[in-house]
Amino acid sequence: MTSARRHSTFFRQLRRYYVVYTLGFIAFVAAAGALEMIGVPQKFLGYLFVFATILLYASIGFMSKTADVSEYYVAGRRVPAVFNGMATAADWMSAASFIGMAGTLYVSGHDGLAFIMGWTGGYCLVALFLAPYLRRFGQFTIPDFLGARYGGNIPRLIGVSAAILCSFTYVIAQIYGVGIITSRFTGMEFTIGVFVGLAGILVCSFLGGMKAVTWTQVAQYIILIVAYSIPVVWLSVKHTGSPVPQISAYTTALPKVTALEKEFNDKASPKGEREESVRVILRQRVAELDADLAALESGGEAFLAAEKKRRAARVARLKTDPEASPRTIRMAEQALRDVPTDPDEARVRWNRARVEAEARAAPVRPHAEPFAANDEESRYVAKKNFLALVFCLMVGTAGLPHLLARFYTTPSVSEARRSVFWSLLFISLLYFTAPALAILVKYEVYNNVVGTAFMQLPAWVSNWAAVDKTLMSITDLNRDGIVQLAEVTIGGDMIVLATPEIAGLPYVITGLVAAGGLAAALSTADGLLLTIANALSHDVYYKMIDPNAATTRRLVISKALLLVVALTAAWVTLLKPGNILFLVGAAFSLAAASFFPSLVLGIFWKRANRLGAVLGMTAGLGITICYMVMTYDFFGINAPLWWDIKPIAAGIFGIPAGFIGVIVGSLVSPAPSLEIQAMVDRVRYPELVDDYDPRAV
Amino acid sequence: MNRDDRRQAYWRRTLRLTAVLLAVWFAVTFGSSWFAIELNRIDFIGPLGYYMGAQGALIIYVVLIWYYARRMNALDDEYGAAEDDE
Repeated sequence: MTSARRHSTFFRQLRRYYVVYTLGFIAFVAAAGALEMIGVPQKFLGYLFVFATILLYASIGFMSKTADVSEYYVAGRRVPAVFNGMATAADWMSAASFIGMAGTLYVSGHDGLAFIMGWTGGYCLVALFLAPYLRRFGQFTIPDFLGARYGGNIPRLIGVSAAILCSFTYVIAQIYGVGIITSRFTGMEFTIGVFVGLAGILVCSFLGGMKAVTWTQVAQYIILIVAYSIPVVWLSVKHTGSPVPQISAYTTALPKVTALEKEFNDKASPKGEREESVRVILRQRVAELDADLAALESGGEAFLAAEKKRRAARVARLKTDPEASPRTIRMAEQALRDVPTDPDEARVRWNRARVEAEARAAPVRPHAEPFAANDEESRYVAKKNFLALVFCLMVGTAGLPHLLARFYTTPSVSEARRSVFWSLLFISLLYFTAPALAILVKYEVYNNVVGTAFMQLPAWVSNWAAVDKTLMSITDLNRDGIVQLAEVTIGGDMIVLATPEIAGLPYVITGLVAAGGLAAALSTADGLLLTIANALSHDVYYKMIDPNAATTRRLVISKALLLVVALTAAWVTLLKPGNILFLVGAAFSLAAASFFPSLVLGIFWKRANRLGAVLGMTAGLGITICYMVMTYDFFGINAPLWWDIKPIAAGIFGIPAGFIGVIVGSLVSPAPSLEIQAMVDRVRYPELVDDYDPRAV
Repeated sequence: MNRDDRRQAYWRRTLRLTAVLLAVWFAVTFGSSWFAIELNRIDFIGPLGYYMGAQGALIIYVVLIWYYARRMNALDDEYGAAEDDE
């Protein structure tokens, strides 16, 4: 059979499998819906969705088990463009995309679009500069390319370290997401949730490497896109009467949201007047906190002790006062308990409370307004940061090894090119929907929560307020019995998970959304862990330590490392280091600054050589890490910012440093050998048939 | 045309296509972000500046990559590239 025939037979077979699989999954959701109708408790449905899907992925992994090197590292290089597109989309869309993105847009409006553009536009760079060339190079890992192109072990080793650094940072964010979802929907402890998810990841990648990961990711993509779309379409029908949220959110819901925002900010309107009455209280709170903070600076420990005494005296007085309501007494007691134990804690807590109160006291930010700020200068700073973040996310996309490695798996260079198109198309299906979802939820909150009596709040509000105060909290500050927008705090992370409840859908859809979020986190974690383990087993062990190792030994080492890396990642996750969004942003800046310059120049500039690559990668990585450590408050140095650029976009300094490093390093040392130049030629051009005249065709 | 000439011609055309599409990518991404406030005054399925970030840019990216794949695959055929399989 010719290879084209073989590929098309394989393609038809795959299509049949996945159509049957999709129908089976829909039947499963329907069956779960039937269980709900006969009164099966919600907790059981949560378990059902979490465990059934993990079991499903594990069995795909089991069916794809392999002991073949090419199958294990690059899925046998026979994944058709469309399926590689789905696998890449699942590999790409992480817990942050699925759970966090719509929430970020809800909270920050236009400025959140940096993530939408950054995480899609990067594919243009992948398509134009990397995917087809890496496929033509046709090895196993990204450090492989660096090793072959620049020669010697040092570029490879730096590549391995950078791949591990950014993949590890990124995988922690995924495992954290897995833990959150499993614990929230089944009631398991966070730690157990992490290990249950990890088991699912391991069974899959452990047995079948890239082959198993690929076919599982296709399955995960189908689940996550179905889970994301159903509740949004429903919400759109409910609010706008149209089943196409991607249009109706902008034409129907957004104008109404904008009109309401104006009303909330207009003190003369009835709604604006009520908002203002809450803002007055919040501004008062800011002033009180300012006074407390100033007193703390001068008084220190003594001030805290005096404050504690004063509040205790107030509780005692209220308790003897027959006029005092039980509510007032409870609040006074709470205030007494809230006195911080030492000045450092007090400073941190009061500052945080001050920032929060000040933000809530400010007028509503119009959702569609870009770079909203009080003055021209801060508007310009917001604009600069937006552009810098978009740039870092895009270049980072074209530098993340777990994503680039996916383009080694297609049957040919032309399929690799097509596969970038399919990847972005499948990703866009979700990214198109997220901004629409944010607007629809805002519409719901402005219409059906704000202005409602506290006694008649929709059920989802109290349900989520009971789960976690940082996700949903609502207090009647001005005691008028009616909800004002300034009295509501909504955490972005609940938006997607709560959408089914907001849309009034049965609990089974909530279970489906949980399964979708889990699929997004697991698929990305799969790809990342495999990248780390392969960098260690293939690049370090096979290429550098023992090039004569037998195939079986290489695979055993690889699998053992996978286990070690996964357990280490889980252990680090349990320490809960910092904020998820920052971890993700950091991974992108690191990948952008370390890989992109030497990969692209390695293909497009023959003169680039070993010293250049070494210098470029270390400079890029070094500057990015330095800037993050110096400016991100987690590290506690808090040095002044360069040109007001926030640490999440540190790559904006690292990327140029990387390019300059490669160029300077290459120019001061001799040109690469003829063999390496011939290799660059091989990567650039297809094999041209001899004596072929294009004009004759 | 001998093989080296054809290689050079192939690479020149690849670079030209890459440069043009890169310029489009740059203009769409940074143009629409830089002028977001101004674009928002135009109404196109909601304010245009917002629409570009939420959907417009994505559509252009998808079309851009589709066009690149199509052109490059055609170029491979035109220059008689052996199907570089496996």
